[in-house]
Amino acid sequence: MTVLMGYCDRWSARPGDTVRFMVSSRGAPRYEARLVRLKQPSAGPLATPFAPEPVAAPCNGSYPARWQSIPIGSFVAVPAHPAIARLEGFTVSVRVWPTTPGRGRQALLGTWCEEASTGWALMLDENGAPALRIGAGPGKVAEVATGVPLRARRWYHVRASFDPATGRLAVGQEPLESKGFDLERAVERSLSTSLRPGGGPAPLLMAAARAGRADGPSAWGGIGTSLHFNGRLDRPRLAAGVLDPAAVAALAADPPPKGLAECLVGVWDFSIGIPTETVHDRGPHRLHGAAVNLPTRAVPGHNWDGSVVDWTRDPSQYGAIHFHDDDLVDACWEPDFAFTVPADLRSGVYAAHLVAGEAEFWVPFFVCPPRGTARSPAAFLASTATYTVYLNNRGRFASLATELYQGRLLTLDRIDMLLLEHPEMGLSTYDRHSDGSGVAYSSRHRPVINFRPTGRHWNFNLDLFIVDWLEHLGGDYDVITEEQLHEEGLELLAPYRVVITGSHPEYDSAEMLDAFEAYLRRGGRLMYMGGNGFYWRIAHHPTRPGVIEVRRAEGGVRAWDAEPGESYHAFTGEYGGLWRRNGRAPQRLVGVGFISQGFDACSYYRRTEAAADPRVSWMFEGIEGEILGDFGILQGGAAGLEIDAVDPKLGTPPHALVVARSENHSNTYELVAEEVLIPHGSTDATINRDIHADITFFETPGGGAVWSTGSIAYAGSLSWNGFDNDIARLTTNVLRRFADPTPFPFPPG
Amino acid sequence: MYAFDKTRLDLAREFKARPYGPHSPDLQYLLHLMRRPRPDRPFHCLVIDRDDERWTLALLEPGARKAPTLTNRVFTDLAEAEWYVFKLRWRELAGEELPID
Repeated sequence: MTVLMGYCDRWSARPGDTVRFMVSSRGAPRYEARLVRLKQPSAGPLATPFAPEPVAAPCNGSYPARWQSIPIGSFVAVPAHPAIARLEGFTVSVRVWPTTPGRGRQALLGTWCEEASTGWALMLDENGAPALRIGAGPGKVAEVATGVPLRARRWYHVRASFDPATGRLAVGQEPLESKGFDLERAVERSLSTSLRPGGGPAPLLMAAARAGRADGPSAWGGIGTSLHFNGRLDRPRLAAGVLDPAAVAALAADPPPKGLAECLVGVWDFSIGIPTETVHDRGPHRLHGAAVNLPTRAVPGHNWDGSVVDWTRDPSQYGAIHFHDDDLVDACWEPDFAFTVPADLRSGVYAAHLVAGEAEFWVPFFVCPPRGTARSPAAFLASTATYTVYLNNRGRFASLATELYQGRLLTLDRIDMLLLEHPEMGLSTYDRHSDGSGVAYSSRHRPVINFRPTGRHWNFNLDLFIVDWLEHLGGDYDVITEEQLHEEGLELLAPYRVVITGSHPEYDSAEMLDAFEAYLRRGGRLMYMGGNGFYWRIAHHPTRPGVIEVRRAEGGVRAWDAEPGESYHAFTGEYGGLWRRNGRAPQRLVGVGFISQGFDACSYYRRTEAAADPRVSWMFEGIEGEILGDFGILQGGAAGLEIDAVDPKLGTPPHALVVARSENHSNTYELVAEEVLIPHGSTDATINRDIHADITFFETPGGGAVWSTGSIAYAGSLSWNGFDNDIARLTTNVLRRFADPTPFPFPPG
Repeated sequence: MYAFDKTRLDLAREFKARPYGPHSPDLQYLLHLMRRPRPDRPFHCLVIDRDDERWTLALLEPGARKAPTLTNRVFTDLAEAEWYVFKLRWRELAGEELPID
């Protein structure tokens, strides 16, 4: 069976920009690559026929296939240094909070090379007990373990030493938990050996061990890694020589006393530089390291006492890093081919279509107009932030609750199966790590299965229904992206009379919301074409484009919830979670906000009396009926999947008009969690009257306006009956009026 | 506690007529029972052969650590697939075939 996958280094490209494509394939000697412009999704016989438009490009052609592995799993790497290499005897100390003790050997700290059996390392052994291992080559290994497994999710002080004069290996553990009634005792063990660590100068790794030279892409320094640790490390320390128990305790102090200055080698402090990928050493040699593959920072350390929940207020209580064997920030593949965007290429949604034997793969990207310019009055704003956090959503397949809450059988296709067979493709922020902790970071620098024009209709694929409608209207639109919106703010939106969102623009940074607000205040028009938008706050990585953090704090419909003390983003220090808990509920921006979700059947809207208001009468020209959208490719209706309603308490402007409201939703539509403070059972749409999608309009003071559909499924009704339907007419009426520069008069109070 | 009742053929008829909701409360209870897979047994899913056009019934292991195992049942209508699986689950719960085609 042929396996084929790829990704590109940028999603947003302007004329002159070069997009590099990375591809991995096996099972076929070559693969074909063709650039296409995507004008609609692949959506079956009821939809516009799927017809990607070929793009003449020098990179189109046949390429030799090669397999590129994915170096998954996070760790800290400290480059080789004479201060480490010349150590004969040493003492090592670290606080440890394991999450999967007993799940195989896991390296904590050291120079150990698993392939060569050289160096030394503090580890957890197969049983989860701390162990010190040294080796001088295959068969020349000595190890001492405490024999008492650590327990998951509890802090311990783990220390070890090696005395070259006597050959004594010693290891110990001490429980640090001060609350609770579990009886655990400190344990010390030692043995003597004639072996000495071998292997020469080597980097020092934390939370993983070297596995020789990488046989393919490497996450750091050309090395491969193994024995990845799941859990937290805090305040790793390394000293020359063997310290007595009092000195070991002093070594673990913060900071170590000056009396130890002569023997200190490394005093790593993870509370410094939390937003970065740098690990700081406060010791004499400044053995700074790299946090590789983005382990989770801004997590409570061993001394967190609950007195602060914001790491920026007291970083010293956040001196831990949480490592996972399935962290991944970049697949680090070599590029196969590249495409430089010509000046005359129209803005649009593009993709590299890859084919090898029976396998195919899509690598989409967006071609945007030159910065600060517009080639159309209308811009489609691709929801790249939302696409990113959903990438490789494994939970949809792995959760036993998927069919239950969706109310229909789970569907997947052969590209989805790649993720099941290649878990090294990494996770989404809808997943939990292998140790059960929530995934807070997502990166687009890796192959992904759910950013393509085929398969399940969700996010990107579903947004192509909106593109399909714009193409039907003649194709006069630009494409811009949320990545650009975060970076460029108002400057990106300002050239457009109307900005059209995707079907599910769920994730926003403060910068993105600021840009929307500024745009609307100066007369801009926003067509919010979806549901559950502007819901979660996100943080963008300070230096890596395309890497986003989500802290699922307090409230919200969510696949996991942030653990205590972990609600503040590491990248920015901002409080995470719902925007409504950050004072910027979506109702403030677009009039409506998330109220319910269901996935078995979609419903319709009924026109309201407000639709006859002269302020919006233009909207319904050519539309006769009261019922709107009782048809659609997405489960038979325009109102559904995830839906939004007005709520004046949360900021819906008082002059907003609800021109149509959905009804008759199914049992799977439940009130969102943040609306159910006291469980009362009356929470599904067959009984709860709060559940409806509201098509909403309001003017802004600067002559602008907002129009919201409040439904993800809405886009799936646009092309129904060859676009000859009331949903397409309504939406087109709005687009035409919004593209008209005539200011919207603000209604008298 | 809700318990399965194999005499409630009215619920099966309701599901056949309308596999996607809204459903009566009793049918919703039954679907909750049917749609919570056991953590130690494969559960049914649909593998897309052609987007929005053709699907093959398959069995997926809990945890989804490998690709689903395909059956030889192919559907061109999702509602038919739902009904087919409903009947399989009814048989499992009732210990006998559902006497409705």
